Amino acid sequence: MNTAPDFLPVLPEMFLGAVAMALLIYGVYSNDIGRRVTFLAVVLLAVTLVLVLYPAWTGGLARHVGLFGLFVTDGLGVFAKALVLVGTALSLILAQRFNERERIARFEFPVLALIAAAGMMMMIAANDLISLYLALELQSLSLYVLAAFARDDGRSTEAGLKYFVLGAVASGMLLFGASMVYGFAGTTNFDALAKLFADGDNSGLGLITGIVFISVGLAFKVSAVPFHMWTPDVYEGAPTPVTAFFSVAPKIAALVLFLRVMIEPFGGLVADWQQIIWGISVASMLLGAFAAINQKNIKRLMAYSSIGHVGYALIGLAAGSAAGVRGVLVYMTIYLFMNLGTFAVILCMRRGGKAVEGIDELAGLSRSHPALALALGIFMFSMAGIPPMAGFFAKFYIFMAAINAGMPVLAVIGVLSSVVGAFYYLRIVKLMYFDEAKDRFDQPFGHEVQAVVAISAIAILLFFVWPDPLVNGADAVAAALFAG
Amino acid sequence: MTQLPLLSLTTFLPLAGALAIVLLKGESERNSYYARWIALWTSIVVFILSLGVWARFDPGSADFQLVERADWLPDFNIGYHMGVDGISLFFVLLSTFLTPICILASWVAVEKRVKEYMIAFLVLETMMVGTFCALDLMLFYMFFEGVLIPMFLIIGVWGGPRRVYSAFKFFLYTLLGSVLMLLAILAIYFTTGTADIVEALAFNFPPQLQTWLWIAFFASFAVKLPMWPVHTWLPDAHVEAPTAGSVILAGVLLKMGGYGFIRFSLPMFPDASAAFAPFVYTLSVVAIVYTSLVALAQEDMKKLIAYSSVAHMGFVTIGIFTVTPEGLQGAMIQMLSHGVVSAALFLIVGVVYDRLHTREISRYGGIVENMPKYAAAFMIFMLASVGLPGTSGFVGEFLSLVGAFQVNSWVAFFATSGLILGAAYMLWLYRRVVFEPSRNADARRMPDLNPREVLIFAPMIAVVLWMGVYPASFLKPMQPSIANLIERVQISQRAAPAAQLAEAGK
Repeated sequence: MNTAPDFLPVLPEMFLGAVAMALLIYGVYSNDIGRRVTFLAVVLLAVTLVLVLYPAWTGGLARHVGLFGLFVTDGLGVFAKALVLVGTALSLILAQRFNERERIARFEFPVLALIAAAGMMMMIAANDLISLYLALELQSLSLYVLAAFARDDGRSTEAGLKYFVLGAVASGMLLFGASMVYGFAGTTNFDALAKLFADGDNSGLGLITGIVFISVGLAFKVSAVPFHMWTPDVYEGAPTPVTAFFSVAPKIAALVLFLRVMIEPFGGLVADWQQIIWGISVASMLLGAFAAINQKNIKRLMAYSSIGHVGYALIGLAAGSAAGVRGVLVYMTIYLFMNLGTFAVILCMRRGGKAVEGIDELAGLSRSHPALALALGIFMFSMAGIPPMAGFFAKFYIFMAAINAGMPVLAVIGVLSSVVGAFYYLRIVKLMYFDEAKDRFDQPFGHEVQAVVAISAIAILLFFVWPDPLVNGADAVAAALFAG
Repeated sequence: MTQLPLLSLTTFLPLAGALAIVLLKGESERNSYYARWIALWTSIVVFILSLGVWARFDPGSADFQLVERADWLPDFNIGYHMGVDGISLFFVLLSTFLTPICILASWVAVEKRVKEYMIAFLVLETMMVGTFCALDLMLFYMFFEGVLIPMFLIIGVWGGPRRVYSAFKFFLYTLLGSVLMLLAILAIYFTTGTADIVEALAFNFPPQLQTWLWIAFFASFAVKLPMWPVHTWLPDAHVEAPTAGSVILAGVLLKMGGYGFIRFSLPMFPDASAAFAPFVYTLSVVAIVYTSLVALAQEDMKKLIAYSSVAHMGFVTIGIFTVTPEGLQGAMIQMLSHGVVSAALFLIVGVVYDRLHTREISRYGGIVENMPKYAAAFMIFMLASVGLPGTSGFVGEFLSLVGAFQVNSWVAFFATSGLILGAAYMLWLYRRVVFEPSRNADARRMPDLNPREVLIFAPMIAVVLWMGVYPASFLKPMQPSIANLIERVQISQRAAPAAQLAEAGK
């Protein structure tokens, strides 16, 4: 019994955690304002990506549980970790120039992002309620600090504090739910829980209560209605690159965690949790569509937009099928690119050395910056789900799962709220193309920002030409999740 | 079989032209000039290619021809599948015929952002042609919806004073209808296991499902066509759109609704179509009578023609849902004729609008004296719109009414009364604009058609007369397809009661 524990499933996470601390030490002893550390962090994220993808390359994507059953690696994990790493790296690339201009550039920024990314990867890999909670907290604590990173700015500190307080409540709920589950099931291990529920319906009221509380905690993390209240304030207050980061990486990680928790340990209880997911999905779609209409601040608008998008993604979970999981993964991948692209455009919105956030500031963008307007137009049509943009395919696979799972009502509510949502996305197109031009934004935007905008726009516009790799990848991952 | 992929070329060549215009740097006068010529030549080449499609088309066959296939989402049985039959062929030609005319019509009328305008039109052409060629439901939906983006921009950027409201109304109305169709497409996909239109056409859907699917498709096509009472986006969009935008809207986009009914609703859901036919007749008759009366009260020329479009589309829906050879052929000819005639009428309005910058009927009058060529062209299109024998309008309306008489004489009676009203508002419009002595001196000073405008109207007049005098060249290629369609509907309608009995017996 003296064999070393099986670290294989968490090797990339351990690597990322270790290099994050090494970078911290390096940052302390150098007088870097973040440039070199950001560069190194991006390189190390790329290395971690290779570590994550390596088993996929060698064909070893089989489910592997290790470290005393606390962590698992499988296709779903690899897929989601890759998304998180790409999202984190792109957010860091976008952040540095903005931070320097706002005079908040410090080397802790990339370090905190790396630690958060390590936490997210552990969330994705969690195979036990304990490791789930620890990973979630590791991620959340780093994010609280990031939200308040502009510490001289009242809005940023307010965002950080709000996020912290509300996040703590949600964590408490989650922990309470986990303890209920442990109390009634006698185990926190996902595999053991799955086995318990696989042999027929062993649920009781206590267990269901536990699952409800866990769902509440997770719904908070993905900012699904009615646990979304923090999102608009935090998105608006946090520095823009942080908002960009929040809107993609943690959201994807939490959503995949949500998928895993509901489908792996509680997969036998689909009938019990399906209606909960159904409800929060509908509420998120409707709120995301209607509440965004009157927003004047683009970051707040994006907050409501992201709430809506989570609602659509949750349709896939509500379907409770492999097609649904595939839909969620495709959705999140496309969402990653269109959201980061949009935020890259938002980062370009500066006049007179100050960042501007009003939606009106985009007026006449097609005259002053035609390329930028075209890119943002592509993102907006994509988010509205108009073909041939990628966003249409994202919704398509989700609705496909809903129809296949016999949930036409959910699908109808989904498409109708997407029409309402189209209104506010179109409003941005209208501002850019129909209205009179304002002054040009400050130049230069920076090559890295332009590159992110261009790559995302091209990816979103031309996705329809060759959707196969992404869809097939997601399909294989989803099928494996249900086979196991 | 190493033939040129003619349909794909026709569909995607405009995108190449658009790309060439994108590559023009800056917005100098010179680049606008280049943009116009690139767009014009691209669309002319596309038109010639589409004539090649017609030439290669075998009019004796009811099958889809010039079929092209490629993998797209092979795991889902969703593929790139293009082809035309007698029904879609002429819509493709209509689209490619009108696009160069639109570009010519905007030659001087569009002064700002010429590059973007031409790009939008070329992208629009790709989407239109693709919609009519697609033989895969997913592909069809992509093109069908993709039309909204360039049209939204065309109305919103180059439109009139209320352009923003109209652009939004157009977009959201149409989107609302189409998303329901998307769900229906998914339901079809899961029922048949494929998104291929040819296979779906041969599939017999259970009657209960047919009803729901029919309603979902109807939501989309009825808005697009448009049918009363969901037509209200049309007058707004037409009035605010630039001239060429109205031309494409009236000429092609409305036809997508009728095409959808013929291509999908009838053959896929024959039982539901039969069950809903009285409902469609009612809406159509109301549309014909009501919108004709509304047209009589209009003060704005474009609005009058827009309302007349709704009335004309009423004949189309009646003709389609009679499911008789006459009715369907009439509906087809009516759509093609309306595609040319109403497009031409919008151009006619555009000509005087370019000179006087108003569409108010009372601002004009007596222009027959200073614009004789214009008056003659206007008269031909006006009479075609009224349905004078010898013009295309007569053939379409006559055949639709023949179809309607076989099914329900009351429907035919009310529809025919619409003809009289149609004559009333069109003749009245013509009299007020062209003959009535004018109080406005500036209207009397307008110059007559210039050579560019003559070049625009000449081919349209030729087509209107051709279709009116010798409709056989258009009817012949579509007859096998329509006969095939009717046979398909009748077989499944006869089979349906038997299937229901069998189900009840179980």
